[in-house]
Amino acid sequence: MASTTSPSTATAAMWAFAAATCVKLMLVPTYRSTDFDVHRYWLALTHALPARQWYTDASSQWTLDYPPFFAYFSRLLSLPAPFVDASLVSIPVPAAPPSSAYLLYLRLTVAFSDLLLLAAVLLLARDARRRQRPFLVLVLVMWSPALLIVDHIHFQYNGFLMGLLLLSLHFLEQGKDLAGGIVFAALLCSKHLFLVAAPVYFVYLFGHYCCGRGALRGLGRLLLMGAGVVAVFAMAFAPFVYYGQMQQLLSRLFPFGRGLFHAYWAPNFWVFYIVLDKILAFLLRRLGFSIEIPEASFTRGLVGDSSPFAVLPKVTPITTFLLVILAMAPCLVKAFANPQSKHIIRWVAYACSCGFMFGWHVHEKASLHFTIPLALIAMDSLDDVRHYFLLSIVSCYSLFPLLFEDQEYPIKVLLLLTYGTLMWVGFSSHFSANSAPGGKKLDASDSIVERRFTGWISLGYLLGMFAIEFWSRLFHHHVFGDRLPFLPLMMVSVYCGVGMMYSWVWQLSWIIRNT
Amino acid sequence: MAKAKKSRNSAPDPSVAARLPWQPPAPPLVTALLISFAALLLRALVSVGPYSGQGAAPKFGDYEAQRHWMELTLHLPSSDWYRNTSDNDLAYWGLDYPPLSAYQSRLHARLINASLPDAVALRSSRGFESQESKLLMRWTVLSSDLMVFFPAALWFVWAYMKDGVGGSGERREGWTWLLAMVLLNPCLVLIDHGHFQYNCISLGLTLGAIAGILSRNQLVAAALFSLAINHKQMSMYFAPAFFGHLLGKCLKQKYPIIEIMKLGFVVLGTFALVWWPYVHSYEAAMQVISRLAPFERGIYEDYVANFWCTTSVLIKWKRLFAIKPLKLMSLSATILAFLPSFLQQVKSPSNLGFLYSLLNSSFSFYLFSYQVHEKSILLPLLPASLLALHEPQLHGWFTYYALFSMYPLICRDQLLLQYIAVLGLFVLIYYPPGGNYGKGVKFPSGIMVVLSLPFLCSILLHTVYLQIEPPKRYPFLFDALIMFICFSQFIILTLYTNYKQWMLDFHPRPVGRKKDL
Repeated sequence: MASTTSPSTATAAMWAFAAATCVKLMLVPTYRSTDFDVHRYWLALTHALPARQWYTDASSQWTLDYPPFFAYFSRLLSLPAPFVDASLVSIPVPAAPPSSAYLLYLRLTVAFSDLLLLAAVLLLARDARRRQRPFLVLVLVMWSPALLIVDHIHFQYNGFLMGLLLLSLHFLEQGKDLAGGIVFAALLCSKHLFLVAAPVYFVYLFGHYCCGRGALRGLGRLLLMGAGVVAVFAMAFAPFVYYGQMQQLLSRLFPFGRGLFHAYWAPNFWVFYIVLDKILAFLLRRLGFSIEIPEASFTRGLVGDSSPFAVLPKVTPITTFLLVILAMAPCLVKAFANPQSKHIIRWVAYACSCGFMFGWHVHEKASLHFTIPLALIAMDSLDDVRHYFLLSIVSCYSLFPLLFEDQEYPIKVLLLLTYGTLMWVGFSSHFSANSAPGGKKLDASDSIVERRFTGWISLGYLLGMFAIEFWSRLFHHHVFGDRLPFLPLMMVSVYCGVGMMYSWVWQLSWIIRNT
Repeated sequence: MAKAKKSRNSAPDPSVAARLPWQPPAPPLVTALLISFAALLLRALVSVGPYSGQGAAPKFGDYEAQRHWMELTLHLPSSDWYRNTSDNDLAYWGLDYPPLSAYQSRLHARLINASLPDAVALRSSRGFESQESKLLMRWTVLSSDLMVFFPAALWFVWAYMKDGVGGSGERREGWTWLLAMVLLNPCLVLIDHGHFQYNCISLGLTLGAIAGILSRNQLVAAALFSLAINHKQMSMYFAPAFFGHLLGKCLKQKYPIIEIMKLGFVVLGTFALVWWPYVHSYEAAMQVISRLAPFERGIYEDYVANFWCTTSVLIKWKRLFAIKPLKLMSLSATILAFLPSFLQQVKSPSNLGFLYSLLNSSFSFYLFSYQVHEKSILLPLLPASLLALHEPQLHGWFTYYALFSMYPLICRDQLLLQYIAVLGLFVLIYYPPGGNYGKGVKFPSGIMVVLSLPFLCSILLHTVYLQIEPPKRYPFLFDALIMFICFSQFIILTLYTNYKQWMLDFHPRPVGRKKDL
C-alpha cells in the first residue's frame, strides 16, 4: 500500500468510468427534458408493439424519428423493464409522472449503455502508432461535462452513439478499415445525423482501403466493403422495406418542415447571419426604408417556408447542404490524396464541425459529435491542447441554456469548472513533465511562455464568458426587467459562436497545413 | 503555470503506465482548486436529494428545525429565543444549540427573507415546504461549507505538510489525497447536504483550530475552538484534547501561568462576545444552558452504536436507574475513557499525538456520554480523516462503519441512492489508481479474517435491511444488529488508537521533536 506504483491505463480508465458512474447515479433525480418522455415512449413502443407499427404508431406526439437500429436498441433496453414496473412498457404511455423505480430504470439504461463508450475508450488507449495515449485524454472523454449534461440530466443516449463512433474510429486508426466501415454503417443506422461524416468516411475508405493495390484487388475490396455496408443497412431497413413503409420511415427521419434554427440557436455560422440581418434591418429602417419584420423569428424554431430574415436572402436546405460540402472539400481532398490513419479522427471531427457550423436545423447538442473525438487527440501537440481547452469549454457553455432550472444551476457550473481546472492541472503537469530532462521534448524552440496551454486572447475570451453569465443571471433582469427575454440566450449563442467559428477555422487550417 | 520542474529520474515505462493528471509536477494551487471544485460538486449533487422529514407532517425533521430557528431568530428579540413564549413553542423544535447557531440562523433567515419571505414568516410558515425554499436552504448550507470548512481544510493540509506531522516516511505528494479525504468525507456530505444540518460550520471551526495548533497559533486556535463550542455544544467532545494539549504546551514554556492566562483570556473573551445578550442576568444564561443540555430526553435515542445503547439489550439502564445516577455514571465513564489520552498530551504534547488525542477524546464521548445521536459519529470521524495519511487503514475502516452506522437514518431520509454513490466515490478515491499514498501497517492474516467477518455481515445487512421484513416481535432487529457490528468495530478502533497514542512516547519521532523548539 505504501508505494505508489503506476497503474496501467486500462485500470485507471475503468477507475475513472466508475467515478463517473457514481456521479451519474446522483444525477437521477435532476431535471429531465421532454426527451425523457420521448425515450420513455420509444421503450414502451418497441416493447409492446410489433416492428410493423413502430414507424406508424401515433399514440404519442413523440413519434419514433431515429433509424431502426436505435429502435432495436430501445427494444433491447426494454427487455428487463417489465420486471421493474409493468407500466414502463404499456402503450399508450400513462400520463402520470413516472414512479421513482421507473425513473431510476430509465436513467440506469443510459448509464449502462455508456459501457460501450468505456469499451471504445479502452480500445482507443493506444493510438494509430500503437503508442499509449495519455490517461488524461481518456478521462476527458469519460468525464465530459457536456456528455453528462446532455445524457444524464437532459436525457439522451449520446454515450452509446459516441461509443459507436469512437469504436469505428479505433478500427480505422488501427488499419482495420472493413470493421471501421461496418461500425460506421451501424452508427448511421442508429442515428442518421452522423451522415455528415459519411463523405469523409467514403473518401478515406476508398483511398485507403481500395486504391493503390492494383485494379483487381482494389475492386474486390470495394465490393467487400460495399457488401458489408449494404448488409448492415439491410439488417436495419429490410423489415420496413418488406412492410412497404420506407416512404413513411424516411419522412420521419428527415422532417425538412423544420426551420433553419432550432428553438435555441446553436452557436454556428447562421447565428452571425441572422444577427447581421437584424443589424441591417435596423440600420435600413433608420435610413427610412420600410422593412417588414418577420414574426417571432427570435424565439421559436421556424416551421414552414417563411423566412426568418428581413433583409438577407432566404436560406434553403440546399444552400446549407452545398455550404457544408464546400466547407468539407479541402478535408475530402486531403483524405483522398493522402489517406493516413493517424489523421482520421481529425478529419471526421472536422466533417462533424462543418455540419454543425453550416447545417440545417442544427441542435446545440451536435457539438458533442466533434468535441468528444477531438478530446482523444487533445494532447498530441501544444496547439491541440490550446484548441481543445477552448473548444471544450465553449461547447459545454453553449449547452447551459438546456438546463434552465435553478436546481441544476450549481451542478452545471461546477461540472464545467471542475473540468476546466482538471484540464488546467493535467495539461500543465503533462507539459512540464515532458519538457523536463529525460522526458521527450515537445519542441526545443518552445520558450516557457509559449509552453502555456492557453494564450492571452483565448484566456480573455474564456473570462468573458463569466461576464456573459453574470449579465444574463444577475443584471439583465435589473436593467431590462421582463423586456427582451431572448437577449441572454442570444448573447450566449453569439458569444459561443465566436469560439466555435475559431475552432472551425483552426481545424481547417491545421488540416490544410499538416495533413 | 508550469513552474514545478522536477526531473523524473524514475520515470515508469510510458508504454504501460498511466500518468495521473494530478500527480506532480501539477501546479499545487490549481490542484487544490480542482479538489475543492470536485468536493463542492459532490455536495451540490447530494443536495438534489430529499431532506430529512420531507413532506412528513406534522413534526417533519431537521430541515424543519433549522427553518423554524430561522423564523424565530429573525422575528423575535434575542431574549426570547430560548424562552417559551406565545410565539416560541419550545416543544416544537425549540432552539437547543448555543447562541452562535442562533446568529447563523438569523443571518441565513435574512438572506432567505430577502427573496422568499413566506418561508420564514412568523408562525404562518410552520412546515413550509417548496422547491424554491429547499433550494435556498440548500444554498445556505453549501455557502457555509464553502466559507468555513473549505478554508479550514486547506489551511490544515498546508500546516500538516509544512510541519511534517506524519513524520519523514510520508510522501510529499500525498497532500492531494489527504485534502480529498478531508473534503470528501462521505458522512459529513450526506448529513449536511442530504439530511440537512450545519455540521460543516462547527466542524470547520474545529478544523481551523486544529490547523491553528499545528501552525503554532495557539491563541487563534483557542478562539476558533471556542466559537466551535458556541456553534454546537457537541464540539465539547474535543475539549479534553485541546485542553490537554494546550496545557501541556504551556507547562513547557518559561512562564506557564502567563501562557495559561493568555489562553484563558481569549477563551473567556470569545465566550463573552457570543453570549453578550445573555450575560447580563444569571437567569437568562441559565435558561439557555438548560436548553442546551436536555437531560430529560434520556441517555440515548434510537439505535446509536455507543456503550449505553448497545449494553441496554442486556441491562435496561433506563429502567434501572433514574436520570441523576445515570448522568453521574456516564460522566465518570466518559472521563475515565478520555483520561489516558488527556494525560498523554499533558505529559508530552506533540502534533501527531494531538490528532490522536482528538480522536480518542471524541470517541470516548461518543461511546460513553449522555444523549448521543448517531450523527455524532461525525465528530470522531473528523480527526480520523485528518490522520488519513498516517493511518490509512484505520481511516478507511472507520469511515465505512461510521457510514454504516447511519444507514438506518439514511434509509428513513430516502437518501439511499446518494449513499451508494457517495460510498462508491469514497472507495474509488480511497483506492486511487496508482495505490494509496498513506503508509500503513500490514495486519497478520489471522486478524484480517476476524476483521473481515463483521465486514461481510455489514454487506449482507445492507440488503437485508431493505428487502426483508423484520420479525413482528423484534421490529428493530436489524437496527440492533447494525448497532452491534458498528459498536464492536468502534471499540476495537478506539482501543487501537489509544494504544497508538501512548506508544508515540516510546518511539519518539524526530520530526515532531524538532518542531517543538
